Amino acid sequence: MLAFILRRLMQSVAVLLAVGLVSFSLFRYVGDPINAMVGQDTPAVEREALRVKLGLNDPAPIQFVRFIANAAHGQFGLSYRTAEPVSRMILERLPATLELSFCAALFALLVGIPMGVYTGLYPRHWTSRLLQAVSLIGVSLPTFLIGILLILFFSVILRWLPSFGRGETVTIGWWTTNFLRWKGLEALILPSITLGLFQLTLLMRLVRSEMLEVMRTDYIKFARARGLTNRAINFGHALKNTLVPVITVTGLQLGSLIAFAIVTETVFAWPGVGQLFIQSVQFSDIPVMAAYLMLIGLFFVIINLVVDLLYFVVDPRLRGQMGRRAGAH
Amino acid sequence: MAASGKSALNKAPLLEVKNLRVEFPTRRGTLLAVDDVSFEIAAGEVLGVVGESGAGKSLTGNAIIGLLEPPGRVAGGEIRLEGRRIDNLPYEEMRKVRGAQIGAIFQDPLTSLNPLYSVGRQLIETIQTHLPLSAGQARQRAIDLLKEVGIPGAEQRIDHYPHQFSGGMRQRVVIALALCAGPKLIVADEPTTALDVSIQAQVIALLKRLCREHGTAVMLVTHDMGVIAETADRVAVMYAGRVAEIGPVRDVIKQARHPYTEGLMGSIPSLGHRSERLAQIDGAMPRLTEIPRGCAFNPRCGHRGQRCLVERPDLMPAGSSRAACWLHDPRGVGAAAVGELADA
Amino acid sequence: MSARTAFAQWLHHAADSDIWWSFKSSTTTVVAAAVTFLIIAMAFLAPVIAPHTPFDPGTLSLSDGLKPPVLISSDGDWSFPLGTDDQGRDVLSSIMYGTRLSLIVGFASVIVAMVLGIGLGLISGYFGGTTDAVIMRIADVQLTFPAILVALLIDGLVRGLISSDRHDEIATFVIIGAIGLSFWVQYARTVRGSVLVEKNKEYVQAARVIGLSPAVIMVRHVLPNVTGPVLVIATINLGLAIITEATLSFLGVGLPSTQPSLGTLIRLGNELLQSGEWWITVFPGITLALLVLAVNLLGDWLRDALNPKLR
Repeated sequence: MLAFILRRLMQSVAVLLAVGLVSFSLFRYVGDPINAMVGQDTPAVEREALRVKLGLNDPAPIQFVRFIANAAHGQFGLSYRTAEPVSRMILERLPATLELSFCAALFALLVGIPMGVYTGLYPRHWTSRLLQAVSLIGVSLPTFLIGILLILFFSVILRWLPSFGRGETVTIGWWTTNFLRWKGLEALILPSITLGLFQLTLLMRLVRSEMLEVMRTDYIKFARARGLTNRAINFGHALKNTLVPVITVTGLQLGSLIAFAIVTETVFAWPGVGQLFIQSVQFSDIPVMAAYLMLIGLFFVIINLVVDLLYFVVDPRLRGQMGRRAGAH
Repeated sequence: MAASGKSALNKAPLLEVKNLRVEFPTRRGTLLAVDDVSFEIAAGEVLGVVGESGAGKSLTGNAIIGLLEPPGRVAGGEIRLEGRRIDNLPYEEMRKVRGAQIGAIFQDPLTSLNPLYSVGRQLIETIQTHLPLSAGQARQRAIDLLKEVGIPGAEQRIDHYPHQFSGGMRQRVVIALALCAGPKLIVADEPTTALDVSIQAQVIALLKRLCREHGTAVMLVTHDMGVIAETADRVAVMYAGRVAEIGPVRDVIKQARHPYTEGLMGSIPSLGHRSERLAQIDGAMPRLTEIPRGCAFNPRCGHRGQRCLVERPDLMPAGSSRAACWLHDPRGVGAAAVGELADA
Repeated sequence: MSARTAFAQWLHHAADSDIWWSFKSSTTTVVAAAVTFLIIAMAFLAPVIAPHTPFDPGTLSLSDGLKPPVLISSDGDWSFPLGTDDQGRDVLSSIMYGTRLSLIVGFASVIVAMVLGIGLGLISGYFGGTTDAVIMRIADVQLTFPAILVALLIDGLVRGLISSDRHDEIATFVIIGAIGLSFWVQYARTVRGSVLVEKNKEYVQAARVIGLSPAVIMVRHVLPNVTGPVLVIATINLGLAIITEATLSFLGVGLPSTQPSLGTLIRLGNELLQSGEWWITVFPGITLALLVLAVNLLGDWLRDALNPKLR
């Protein structure tokens, strides 16, 4: 178990280094960092001096090590666009994105899994067919369109909910939260639904198909032959066996929620890191892009570790053998 | 050693299957997968059901435990357990019969157990579903059952997970699970097919011993005539959804009455006749969509007569067995009609 | 069994009554196929059937601006059936031209992803070892980032490398490349899996013994084997690619306003949504949703009908 975790940690570090390499290459070779820092008419000598000072003339491996060391300290340099420290820009906006992603994930899990279980257990029931049809529409609607339609109905026509911004927030230390004010919570509703809807339909369809598959297995048939109650079979035996793939996908989806927040934040003018990223793509603000990439990589690695640990809790077959990861792709 | 001479006839039947029909609606029309099957099993008796795959033997077993997979359904006939009709019970009533009165063993022990729960948990869960025992008592019973099926170190092994057992050991666990609540009948569907040949004999011997000790009757579904010969008291031979012949196992083996059984027996290798080529039946069992008129076996039968092409034979007495073949027509009409085309 | 007979068999299998039957018996699928066909026809016949040429500035008149759709307008003028935007462009014609662009980008990026994925999958499976490890690790890492993010990164990168005025000219190609690069992994994995299965079969060994190139033999056997799954992935990816392009365009990093796809149209309309001019957004939105829904339905049906083990 310990060996397994250590190995996974090593792999995580490797993935982070790989992402770091991409970030570094972006940072170093796309555009010239010096141009962004100095004026057009700065003489070449001064530029060269700045290069030496910033270590841009050092061999690439040394620069990479320095980049990684700085990244580990949260230092990503200055934004080309605003000349602010990138880390401060990200930190300011991170709470907004995390709170939004958290609410969206909660919405997707709490609604998606029960719907999947229901449609998996009663695939022929008309409500299941209806949910299945609606879910297909959910998968086919791009996130931004869902957001626009929600705004059209609930903000423009009905005027029930706000259509942009975080509403009222409370600042605790460096963290700003939506959760402590009614206006803040209100502002979370539409963006969370928008962001979570796709994951919800995905989860529902996944749980459904896993349920259907598990219900066909021999051990479920044997459980029936032993006369177990439907309750024990459906929730004790079937649901638990669907958990491994569900955990995998949920983990991956949580990671992508933070990235998908880019779209939702744009639609709802939500001041999160996603919006920051889009602005930096438009302005080719490389340091911000590089930092964002590292951030997403970090989230992904953390989530994957948690997912791996959850496998151990769920599947006894994994406890025996070190490191083999069943259920993942 | 199997047909130990004790006659099943003087006991009231434990299980009575009468004119059972199982249908599968498909888009090409409704398939009759089990057609007018009747047989009885006495208390403590082992009935072997043998036939090629697709003959309807597993479906008959599934119909008895009430677990036909949709869209398959019982379309006619009756199934009675100790005189009580069980084929039309509501799901919840039938659930209480399953496990408690009829146990089941499936083909593949590797997939019959839930991989995520320890065998103990699965045993205790089944015991507590059917018997009013406390958790501690149920655990003790589970350990006793594991000992009984020959699992060494049952006290420790009870907390192990299925993947920690070998195939043969898992099938022993499955047998323990089937015996949990002391059922009167076990439907064993190809219980040894998925196992190594060396382990098959052990598992069959175990099943036989346990059932004799507990007085449990067994419906042993298999395509392996050898297993039947060794284990069963009586045997039912199925062909294309119907019973071709049924009778005491020794008589059926020694003197088959149905031409199909005859062919089947000819395909068992026997010691001492090594040089002889095994007999085989030409052709293959028809698909359910293409069952011929008259006797389903007629295209492959060496004794086929005019009548066999037109009229379907029911089971009729033939020695100590009963066979669905016009050769045994009590009025002698069938036999007469047969001769004409025998060589054609 | 030569490659040709294998392929013929697959074709035969595909044209087998089972598939045709499952197509005919599913009303949804027939409707989806019809809708897809209609939208494609509408898009590609746009220059012929569109009532206006919305992106020819000469034909535009600001006095036609912000006309509501004919059903809710007071004058009942049928010259702009779905209304106009703030520039006086006919929404219906914009949709026709926009759909055409969305479809072109969608199909082209699927082809890019397919060629790239099949190629890398064959290489990865055939050579194994380090090559395989490198390709598959890249695939793993890329899979952890959503396609939209990968496409955004590639787009941002290109923006950093070339000047912005040139960017508009090649925007379409950049988008096709970016989306294609973000969807290759699934093809590669499928093909690689199939190669690994075939690699150890006797005929490949036998081919090696009699001096035939196992690579050629395998390509000829593997490709027909994966045609079904690849077709399914491609159909499902077509929907995703169209959504991705629309999203990128909506975010303002996709196709420029001079060549608006459905996503661009929705973005332009979205700016007017708050003031109540909903039709500029909603009609392109409906078209996009219908198109993707129909393609997804076809993909779902195809997957069930060919029933390859896809995750």
